[in-house]
Amino acid sequence: MVKMRINAPDVARKRKAGQFIVLMTDEKGERIPLTLVDSSDKDGTITIIFQIVGKTTTCLSEMPEGEKLYAVLGPLGRSTEIENFGTVVCVGGGVGIGVVYPITKALKGAGNKIISIIGARTKDILILEDETREMSDTFLVATDDGSYGFHGFVSDVLQNVIDSGERIDRVFAIGPVPMMRVICNVTRPYDIKTIVSLNPIMVDATGMCGACRVSVGGHTRFACVDGPEFDGHDVDFDLLMSRLRMYYHHEKEAMEAVRCASHD
Amino acid sequence: MPEQNPEVRRHNFDEVPLGYTEELAILEAKRCIQCKKPACVSGCPVDIDIPGFVKLVLEEDFIGAARKIKETNSLPAVCGRVCPQEAQCEEACILGKKGDPVAIGRLERFVADYERISGDILLPDKAPPTGKRVAVVGSGPAGLTIAGDLVKRGHDVTIFEGLHEPGGVLVYGIPEFRLPKAIVAAEVDYLRKLGVKIVTNVVIGRVKTVDELFEDGFDAVFLGVGAGAPVFMNVPGENLSGIYSANEYLTRSNLMKAYRFPEYDTPIAVGKNVGVIGGGNVTMDSARTALRMGADNVYVIYRRTEVEMPARSEEVHHAKEEGVQFKLLTNPVEYIGDEHGWVKGVRCITMELGEPDESGRRRPVPVEGSEYVIDVDMVVVAIGTNANPVIAATTPGLETNKWDYIVAKDESGETTRERVYAGGDIVTGSATVILAMGAAKKAAVAIDEYLKRKG
Repeated sequence: MVKMRINAPDVARKRKAGQFIVLMTDEKGERIPLTLVDSSDKDGTITIIFQIVGKTTTCLSEMPEGEKLYAVLGPLGRSTEIENFGTVVCVGGGVGIGVVYPITKALKGAGNKIISIIGARTKDILILEDETREMSDTFLVATDDGSYGFHGFVSDVLQNVIDSGERIDRVFAIGPVPMMRVICNVTRPYDIKTIVSLNPIMVDATGMCGACRVSVGGHTRFACVDGPEFDGHDVDFDLLMSRLRMYYHHEKEAMEAVRCASHD
Repeated sequence: MPEQNPEVRRHNFDEVPLGYTEELAILEAKRCIQCKKPACVSGCPVDIDIPGFVKLVLEEDFIGAARKIKETNSLPAVCGRVCPQEAQCEEACILGKKGDPVAIGRLERFVADYERISGDILLPDKAPPTGKRVAVVGSGPAGLTIAGDLVKRGHDVTIFEGLHEPGGVLVYGIPEFRLPKAIVAAEVDYLRKLGVKIVTNVVIGRVKTVDELFEDGFDAVFLGVGAGAPVFMNVPGENLSGIYSANEYLTRSNLMKAYRFPEYDTPIAVGKNVGVIGGGNVTMDSARTALRMGADNVYVIYRRTEVEMPARSEEVHHAKEEGVQFKLLTNPVEYIGDEHGWVKGVRCITMELGEPDESGRRRPVPVEGSEYVIDVDMVVVAIGTNANPVIAATTPGLETNKWDYIVAKDESGETTRERVYAGGDIVTGSATVILAMGAAKKAAVAIDEYLKRKG
């Protein structure tokens, strides 16, 4: 997991919770979408947190401080609908904790009571714990291996919160696709509106190519301009999963040949 | 004009026509009878002095010929390649009544290439600085044209481009084998030398609104953002893996250079049996790209017949030569996927032509019970594009029509917002490079007049 601050005053000035950027590390690079975790209008910077999963994120993580990115475009996507819903549960899994954090912050600012549930595979890769705790009225942690907090999944913790009789007005759940799917399955029987942030493959990310199309309530939507947030109960997660795997073999090949331009 | 052999070129991305030699160009120029009232000029959306430049070719003043064209057309190397001359200047050519018209497009291409390769590029005189600033949104054919025209009139011009490279459809849409990207880069470079500023990675409507451009001190704004949103058919299975919009497929291949993966990072699916849906130039570009990527079979699936195809006959001819197979009077009704959610077939229905529709073409009607499946492992949906609504949605007072295209006056590009002009596909819907350039030229005149009037 890597945290990076990027000097991008135009993006910082406009950025709202839930939005993302597209960046390229070098001229031959791929355009990849990354969600914005934070920004500072004052010093003109934006903050991203990403997991090293492929060639672009590897190269990005190896860029030394002060290096220039080839392209940064944003902020993109619709911002999160923020209002005082009442009691809101913000669930973040893995790198999704970074995505849900600015939303939590904005929801807190709007006067919501915040129950945060964050989780990771293991304690060492849990991010933004203190920052999230600070924004939360109730703060809960889960790890898959039990090395910290609840031994199990964030969805189990959410189920416990629901079982405790807590009235929940809305859930925001952001993390790996299987996690978001399970969270939606947990909240569906109780009819608790659950917002998820989708991360399909994108190219231009401005509504031009349709690479990021997802099916929501039976309608095709472009995550880049219609999203990235959607009502999770309407999302076709199977389709999202299979489309995310579209370039699996390419990604492996690119990783094997990995050679980052900034180090040539 | 000499061309790469179809058997060879279907495996490479190099340009297909090789261009005239000097001798061939002069021979062709000799055929022009230098009409007193040249019909060809009236067929040109940007009023090129066609007999004038052809005469200079005959006199072997190729650079002079290129400069003659550039008096009214700033992108001759592009237009010489992608203009539908057969429906414009060459259609009007008097020689065409009895035989072949003068190959005006090929001559245009020849002189533009000659000038570029010679490096003898003359920067035209610019009017003294007016102190007026114009923002041009989009760097496609319209944006590049108006930027050139306005900077020559002394205005301070900045182009805002959403992608990371300028050129719009010329770089993301039209493939290398039809329009080499080095040519677009040279045109962009020429504009920079003229003093045009180009800012990339800025989507107007998102990063900045049109109103914020005015707050930043721009005196006028031109919107030349194209018709960028892909159209799908909304048939079952259309979101399966392996199914692309033409915009995505071509953007991956052209702009992101996915055909050179893994040297370039962006991946692209390599289909063995590829279905390309549609009948336009973009359909042909997609089909021919798929061939070059290594497909065994590429099928153009089109619901009408070849007569109704909107693609240029030259493009259809090239595609056929290269081995693209045409499934005409055929329309997809469903896509079938394998266990991994990857497309493995397209169920089609046979069509027949009925009564003419509002476009004047005979309407295709499905033949009941005629469905059959074509095995494919990749599909490109190339049935057209729509307006991207982002600018209209963020610019109060900017009127659009029911298809989200911006309402602008034909003769001036004036929109319903003062100081905001528009031209090209975002006004007309998907059309041609040259029509966008024609609209941009009119808007340049209108903006120049407005800025002078304002004083």
